[in-house]
Amino acid sequence: MTNNIYQFFFIYLYSIITLFLLAVIGDFVSISIFLSKNIFIYKNIFLYCFLYAICFFAIRIIITNQVSNIFIFIISLALSYFFLINKEINAYQLLIILSVFIAFNLLLQKYFTAKNFSNFLFEVSFLKFLKTNSLIFFSFIIIFPFYLMFVSSLKSQMVLLQNPTDLSIPFFYSISDFFSSYIAVITQYNFLNFALNSTIVSFVTVFVSLFFSIPGAYAVARLRFAGRSKISSSILIIYMVPAIVLVIPLYVIFSQLGFRNSLFSLMIVYPATTIPVALYMLQGYFKGIPYELEESALIDGCSRIGVILRITLPLSVPAILSVSLYVFMIAWNEFLFAFMFLDNQEYFTIPRGLYTQLDDQEVPRQYLMAGSVMITVPVLLLFFIFERYLVGGLTAGSVKG
Amino acid sequence: MFNLNKEAKLAYTMLIPTISIVFLIILFPIFGNFWLSFKEVKLGDLRAPQPIIKEKLKTKDIEPGDDILIEYRFKNSSQKKPIFNIEITDKISEFISPVEIAEGCSVNNNLLSCYFEEWKPKYNEKIIFKFKANDNFEIDNFNPKESKPRGVADADNILTNLKFSLKNFQKILQKNETIENIKVTFLYSFFATIGALFLGISAALLLEKNFLGKGFFRGLFLFPFVSPVIAVAFTWVYILDPFKGFLNNYLLNNEFISEPIFFLGLKKVDFLGFDFPFTLFIVILFESWRYFPLAFLFILARLQAIPKDLYEASDIDGATRIQQFFYITLPQLLGVISLLFILRFIWNFNKFEDIFLLTGGNAGTRTLTVQVYDEAFALSNMGTASSVAVLIFILLAIFVFIHQKIAPKDIEE
Repeated sequence: MTNNIYQFFFIYLYSIITLFLLAVIGDFVSISIFLSKNIFIYKNIFLYCFLYAICFFAIRIIITNQVSNIFIFIISLALSYFFLINKEINAYQLLIILSVFIAFNLLLQKYFTAKNFSNFLFEVSFLKFLKTNSLIFFSFIIIFPFYLMFVSSLKSQMVLLQNPTDLSIPFFYSISDFFSSYIAVITQYNFLNFALNSTIVSFVTVFVSLFFSIPGAYAVARLRFAGRSKISSSILIIYMVPAIVLVIPLYVIFSQLGFRNSLFSLMIVYPATTIPVALYMLQGYFKGIPYELEESALIDGCSRIGVILRITLPLSVPAILSVSLYVFMIAWNEFLFAFMFLDNQEYFTIPRGLYTQLDDQEVPRQYLMAGSVMITVPVLLLFFIFERYLVGGLTAGSVKG
Repeated sequence: MFNLNKEAKLAYTMLIPTISIVFLIILFPIFGNFWLSFKEVKLGDLRAPQPIIKEKLKTKDIEPGDDILIEYRFKNSSQKKPIFNIEITDKISEFISPVEIAEGCSVNNNLLSCYFEEWKPKYNEKIIFKFKANDNFEIDNFNPKESKPRGVADADNILTNLKFSLKNFQKILQKNETIENIKVTFLYSFFATIGALFLGISAALLLEKNFLGKGFFRGLFLFPFVSPVIAVAFTWVYILDPFKGFLNNYLLNNEFISEPIFFLGLKKVDFLGFDFPFTLFIVILFESWRYFPLAFLFILARLQAIPKDLYEASDIDGATRIQQFFYITLPQLLGVISLLFILRFIWNFNKFEDIFLLTGGNAGTRTLTVQVYDEAFALSNMGTASSVAVLIFILLAIFVFIHQKIAPKDIEE
């Protein structure tokens, strides 16, 4: 009997968690697809799951160890119908509930119809629920902000104010309405200029950073010299130096030298802050290349520089690619230095421009979201294309965030 | 067989550009920060005081032979500091010659040059120079403003002089705010680290086994980390907006709440009898959300390196999954977790943008880094800003020292 109570609460608890999670997501989906304003009544979930658990056990006790899906289906349908006539849920949500319960039932049957509800089975089923739910949960919390950013950028001001919970993509808009925020951001707020600045700064940063870090990394990884271990360990320390400690003196120095308010100032600072990271990632990779390859080339009379150019570099293309991508992302996303150094609109990078031009109560929110989408999309695209390299590179040498 | 000396020389030549740029842009500014922290520098002091000279023609309808009066206005740009050794040069028209000019000035080859020893602060004087129009004077060719007068002067530069004081440190340590900010910084760094690690471990455990779509999920889980902070922060601010935001409206529609919650503007909420820092909590949630992917990647890499026979052996011994997690997986991950903890803690400690963009440091979320910004640009005091930065740096040096002691060497490789 205690075993049954134990099971009962287990089923009750997990059906609540699952249903709650799915109800929220189902609700969001229903807002976004069906434009439904009829929102799921959450307080019923507890009642619902309680009834479900009772039914499950009632049937199980009547027909020993056999729970028929048909029964569950009928009972769920009856319950749902009860809510339906009370106008508390709509047909679409009813469908979600039924499908969840049936899937749930199939899962439960596998474990709970066994004669002994052992610890082991409990754990296995527990972990299985946890895993599926967590995967849904994680995907949801990650996708949702990005989806909202994207959807809001397509809406018109009126729709956003009238119904902020509307998540649907407005397919019925004409093309020019659909992209109206983007067009406004580009034409009114000089966004293409920001994008151009960002692109220039990022590419220069990647180039300069690689130009300095490749020889440095090679020297640290391969060559024997006094102080090598010290340099190797101080790289790590250097990239723990907070940017805020650098920004005030650099502001002062650059103001005195007169190149604070320029892209040039960023082109100095960004490479300097990324070189230690790049160097660290690259030297890790260089160490992994078999030294015999280089040694044999050296014996054959190739110079060190020749070895680097002909053997090491071609072999480390994946690492160089991942470092470039990572450095590009840092430069593209960087806000603090751009925020402090740049005053003139013509030099703004995208983050700087977004902050000053669009983060204002006067500016409609969909413009801000459109700007956010435009700064995010290039990074995510690059990331998706080169994901494999980046993941390898990031974990090869631990990396700043 | 290789010449060691030659190799070392090559290594140094390869490293020198890298080291010098790092020195110039990272180590030198750190030194500069310490330097500034002992000086009372205001934002306005960054522009050195200089002489300002303007000229104005006072005479009209000039005929050859007439006197011409030109008024020069000399001004010290600084309200507080004198300037010394002022040298002024101005090209004057070839059609006029000097009659009466101020003391210290002379004209040579149509070049007016003046020298003054010192101008006091707020010095501002108009001096009339008397010239005479030459016989070949033509009014059309005469324009006294064709060349701008130039002035050079020495001034005591507060940035480079050797006067130091401890007043900045006194000021910031006397502020109650500073102690509060240190507390907030620690709370924030610690809990955001814990949150990121917790989510990271959970996410890594989810993707430990191979299944269809694993690559997709791994890519997806990295989204918050690779996206620009400004875009995700603005999106969160928008979602949490009390009136226009999604979350408040959603909760209102569902009758969970009766009035909007100010997610990013509630310093304290009474929670079971004690003051719960609500907005700080939201910011910590954001941090955990944004930085769990890094922890996730590292832990996933480590998870997949755990030898499988450990699990097989424990299976035979009858260990359950939860026992396996606590007795095998967790001990194996301990090294990478402790390393990630200290790294993440340091990086959170250094974070500025995230909080600045979410709350601007309001509602009980002002960390030390935000205080640096506020001191420097809201209060225009570079000196106190640097001294707060020095405070950060010292605290950080302690953490880095701990990190060097704790960090297992094999994981760093």
